Amino acid sequence: MIDSALSLASTTEPTGAWNALVAFVRDWPQMWPNLWLATMDTVYMVWWATVFSVLFGLPLGVLLVATDRGGLTPAPAVRAVLGAIVNIGRSLPFIVLMVAVLSLTRFLVGTTLGPTAAIVPLSIGAIPFFARLVETAVREVDREVVEAAHAMGTRKLTIVGKVLLPEALPGLIAGLVMTVVTLISYSAMAGAIGGGGLGDLAIREGYQRFNDHYLWATVILLIVIVQAVQSLGDLVVRRLSRR
Amino acid sequence: MIDAVGLHKAYRLNKHRVRALNGVDLRVEPGEIYGVVGQSGAGKSTLLRSVNLLERPDAGTVTVDDQELTALRGARLRAARRGIGMVHQHFALLSSRTVAGNVGFPLEVAGVDRARRRARVGELLELVGLGDKARAYPSQLSGGQKQRVGIARALASAPKVLLSDEATSALDPATTESILALLGRLRDELGLTILLITHEMDVIKRICDSAAIMENGEFRESGRVLDLIGTPGSLLARSLFPIPEGGGPDTVVVTYPRSFDEPLMSELTRRFDVDANIRGGGVERVAGQSVGRLSVDVRGARRAEALTFLSERGLLVEEAGK
Repeated sequence: MIDSALSLASTTEPTGAWNALVAFVRDWPQMWPNLWLATMDTVYMVWWATVFSVLFGLPLGVLLVATDRGGLTPAPAVRAVLGAIVNIGRSLPFIVLMVAVLSLTRFLVGTTLGPTAAIVPLSIGAIPFFARLVETAVREVDREVVEAAHAMGTRKLTIVGKVLLPEALPGLIAGLVMTVVTLISYSAMAGAIGGGGLGDLAIREGYQRFNDHYLWATVILLIVIVQAVQSLGDLVVRRLSRR
Repeated sequence: MIDAVGLHKAYRLNKHRVRALNGVDLRVEPGEIYGVVGQSGAGKSTLLRSVNLLERPDAGTVTVDDQELTALRGARLRAARRGIGMVHQHFALLSSRTVAGNVGFPLEVAGVDRARRRARVGELLELVGLGDKARAYPSQLSGGQKQRVGIARALASAPKVLLSDEATSALDPATTESILALLGRLRDELGLTILLITHEMDVIKRICDSAAIMENGEFRESGRVLDLIGTPGSLLARSLFPIPEGGGPDTVVVTYPRSFDEPLMSELTRRFDVDANIRGGGVERVAGQSVGRLSVDVRGARRAEALTFLSERGLLVEEAGK
């Protein structure tokens, strides 16, 4: 038994895959400064894009519910316009949207290159995405609870702040996590047009200069980041759920 | 306390016009418990929501505590609503807030400061028997406890009027009983006026002083429960006391609209030499009185005299076979 296991090990050990792994690990310290900078660029882009997504997507999502039939302030025309804007944003593939908003990016940031410039298309892509998730979460809030708030003489804005958002909070956090994960994936795509970050590194070093180790390293880092965001988000949602 | 005159409300539902309210007049006296019964779709819910203007009627006026609500809008309407508590079928509690947070919600909205809020919430929870549940979340409570929280919340701003939207419909019979007892007690202790809607005849029987039967957006009959029961052809009497249908030519339906101590049936057979054969019926406590309704075959030569005797004693006698 032992003999055969040893012989199996000794025959598989010196294969190409093993050697490649060893080489990759040896290469890691040398790649790390670049990887670290790229990771920080990614975090920077995703952070600010998330901030803008919440800043604009949250009100937009609430408005989508509030202006709907049976909402707080039904306004079919407003809702139709908002819905159309969100749909346009949602229907463009991100890589197309990035190119399409280049002139806006140049106007706002002064350049179309680098992580700061990438925040513009990232935000524009994520705002409608997050808005739809907010809409779904807020729509889940029990209508009877909203009615009860009206019956207690609550102002509409107070209903949003004290009823709709707190009641929808677990759903909102879940939506936020999904948005951040999507933004991480978008940010890698932003690398394709010089946005910086892990995607940029993977494309420049890994794809254009055939350096597989950079490719692997970015893949590993992206998986770790996404996993961490998701787990943290799930934890928060579990803590908040009182249903 | 509540005066609604000439209420009309129509909806458009799948291109059909539905008349939810078709000229309803409602008058609820101070300190009274008034029940509106009817099938679902009869318009009860719309009527209740018209009283605090959650739904604005197309026509008619609503006056609560001498204030015409239909004339109010915006901030003044919201202020008026704080004087009307409302209890909901599915409790309508905020799942993200504790029991204390829920009960304190209307006070928070009304701008009451934290210290006074806390004191008032404590009082209210004691009042509904949930003093030890302040920090629990609604998901940790039973249905009956949730409704007690709902009632405490409805009473937070010390309203004179309480609206109850099928408050016991989601509860089991024993819990229903305890919630109805609580509502009755609150009426007595706080002098509340309660308007409730229900599809359960039992609720009317247990706690209502007055009642209305609603059908297709109209009141079929309305008034004091005991008066209605004593009215010939009363739908309410028929619904409260289901008795065997039909009967022979000798069958009469006898209604006791109040408590009687005398043994009237045995006196009947003795004095008029008639046979009285009870086919079915029941005796129940309604609005604090022992009220009954019997289907009886009365046979004998002096039948007419016997029936007159019953009528003179204050019973309602209706020929069923004719």
